[in-house]
Amino acid sequence: MSKDTLFDKVWDLHKVANLPGGSDQILIGLHLIHEVTSPQAFGALKDKNLKVKFPQRTVATVDHIVPTDNQSRPFKDNLAEQMIDTLEKNCIEHKIKFFNIGSGNQGIVHVVAPELGLTQPGMTIACGDSHTSTHGAFGSIAFGIGTSQVRDVLASQTIAMNKLKVRQIWCENKLSNGIYAKDLVLHIINQLGVKAGVGYAYEFAGPAISALSMEERMTICNMSIEGGARCGYINPDEKTFSYMKDKLCSPQNENWEKAVKWWESLESSDNCIYDDVFKLDASKVEPTITWGITPGQSIGVNQKIPSLNEIHPNDKFIAGEAYEYMGFKPGQSIKNTPIDVCFIGSCTNGRISDLRVAAQVLAHNKIAKNIKAFVVPGSEKVAKEAKEEGLDKIFVKAGYQWREPGCSMCLAMNSDKLIGNQVSASSSNRNFKGRQGSPNGRTLLMSPAMVAAASITGKVSDVRDFINK
Amino acid sequence: MSIKFKPPIGKFSRINGKCISLVGDDIDTDRIIPARFLKCIDFDSLGKSVFDDDRKTLKGNHPFDLEINKGSSILIVNSNFGCGSSREHAPQALMRWGIKAIIGESFADIFYSNCIAIGIPCFTLPKESIKKIQQYLDIKNLFLEIDLFKSTAKTEDLKFNLEIKETSKKMFLSGEWDATSTLLENVSLIEKKINELPYVNFNKDCL
Repeated sequence: MSKDTLFDKVWDLHKVANLPGGSDQILIGLHLIHEVTSPQAFGALKDKNLKVKFPQRTVATVDHIVPTDNQSRPFKDNLAEQMIDTLEKNCIEHKIKFFNIGSGNQGIVHVVAPELGLTQPGMTIACGDSHTSTHGAFGSIAFGIGTSQVRDVLASQTIAMNKLKVRQIWCENKLSNGIYAKDLVLHIINQLGVKAGVGYAYEFAGPAISALSMEERMTICNMSIEGGARCGYINPDEKTFSYMKDKLCSPQNENWEKAVKWWESLESSDNCIYDDVFKLDASKVEPTITWGITPGQSIGVNQKIPSLNEIHPNDKFIAGEAYEYMGFKPGQSIKNTPIDVCFIGSCTNGRISDLRVAAQVLAHNKIAKNIKAFVVPGSEKVAKEAKEEGLDKIFVKAGYQWREPGCSMCLAMNSDKLIGNQVSASSSNRNFKGRQGSPNGRTLLMSPAMVAAASITGKVSDVRDFINK
Repeated sequence: MSIKFKPPIGKFSRINGKCISLVGDDIDTDRIIPARFLKCIDFDSLGKSVFDDDRKTLKGNHPFDLEINKGSSILIVNSNFGCGSSREHAPQALMRWGIKAIIGESFADIFYSNCIAIGIPCFTLPKESIKKIQQYLDIKNLFLEIDLFKSTAKTEDLKFNLEIKETSKKMFLSGEWDATSTLLENVSLIEKKINELPYVNFNKDCL
């Protein structure tokens, strides 16, 4: 059993009681809600005649269903309009702060909360969205919950949960030039598998992790869930503190020093105990791309799609399904695979640094003929910053469509969808069957830089050929 | 499906039902309920849309469409079932289709807690036992009697010792799986705890 890790310290601090069934009652310090997984929870409160216990500890925004072309109200899609309308009414009725479209702070919930300084080390953070693990980049314990648990948090600010085990993932050395956090996390998931994290929190550590910016760290923690881990985190350090300084909801004035001191005390102790440790050499990571239908089915850009006899017996069945669905043959190169759609955005890679990297690759280039390419900033703040830097112009000049903030084609709940068996080069987090809106659409996950490279050539390309020129 | 759906309530210790097998590892919640069906403000209409993409692709040959599986209530699955999105719509859709319990090699974390929270016990069995059940189901119908207290599933000619988290088992046997009221019993402890947290006063008025 783990001891004295950041996870243990934060868990113990938030433990309210041992529940009769044997699980722990855990207080949730920050609760984030959005339009998709909250309406039924508010409905359940009403049925039980309950109120929101601590409305000031819940913050709302709208992201999953928002259109990214025209956000004027009412939305063209009646169901989408009904969902945002329901959220607006619930937030008013229960006195919950709501960052609506046009507020300047709307966006993907996992982009918005860190921008506002709502996400802080040492907090427990829950949201009805599996990518809540993102917030662990700040040294918080953050995890996705279902709608019944959203109801529980609204009603009691707590949930019933069994304590997770802790696995440290130690990343030695540093990423090479042209290799990004996305490549590293895809590599980690490939090495450990998509189920290895079940029952675990992942602590990402080591020189390669320390060297990452806060936004890159968010990319890593974001995809913990794709490795099966409900929660992933990184011990806070100077980079964490300087990112947070002077954010709207960060501690101010005399509270800042107090906060930093407390945050430093949360770090996993030198003699802490992990349930498991996994080590890898980050300098060996290549630009990484998924070829299959789980985020674990990935290879380096210059590698070939593995054959069945190279695959672990437990993964053969899903590999067989992947070959068939993707229309790829074992032994085939992934490089030069033709692409139809390029998508830059999502809670994994829709932040300003992601847009900067992609724009750098695209500058003075044009996208290939027949490619549909679009960029969806993660938030209104990201969009504003990008425009101030002129990034939107670089994208548009290259042939991209510049869109309004939202989740967009990461999960295709709005009108941004693949058509038929189109292949997308996507900076998002899931390549599941049908994920991007077409039941036979095909997704290749990669870094935003790699998406940019693919959009120029119209096929899977090695971004290092562009940036090292 | 025409009968009005009633969610389970209170304590229970037995589930008897016909099994339906769904072969495959890493079956994610996007497959269980594609995102377009999440555009709803209640769960009522989800039952008919469960596995919509997979069912359309298989044109009537998906297990959830086969006549032989009509009326099934115990779902037999392989490993990492329910991975991906936290959408509770996934177990809600399964439940509204008629699923009352799931037996599998393993489950994704969030899916598992969502199932428990809405009253669907999830049991695990070793790979070989699941294979045995799935092979049996290839040939004929299988009705299992699940005894939650003893953690067994049996029929005339088969018997399995099921695994279930002790905490989940206790919750179903005591009827405390609908957590809200249990959590609210500790309201004074919650209020005490929240006031002790170092960060609640760091920047109180920012919003």
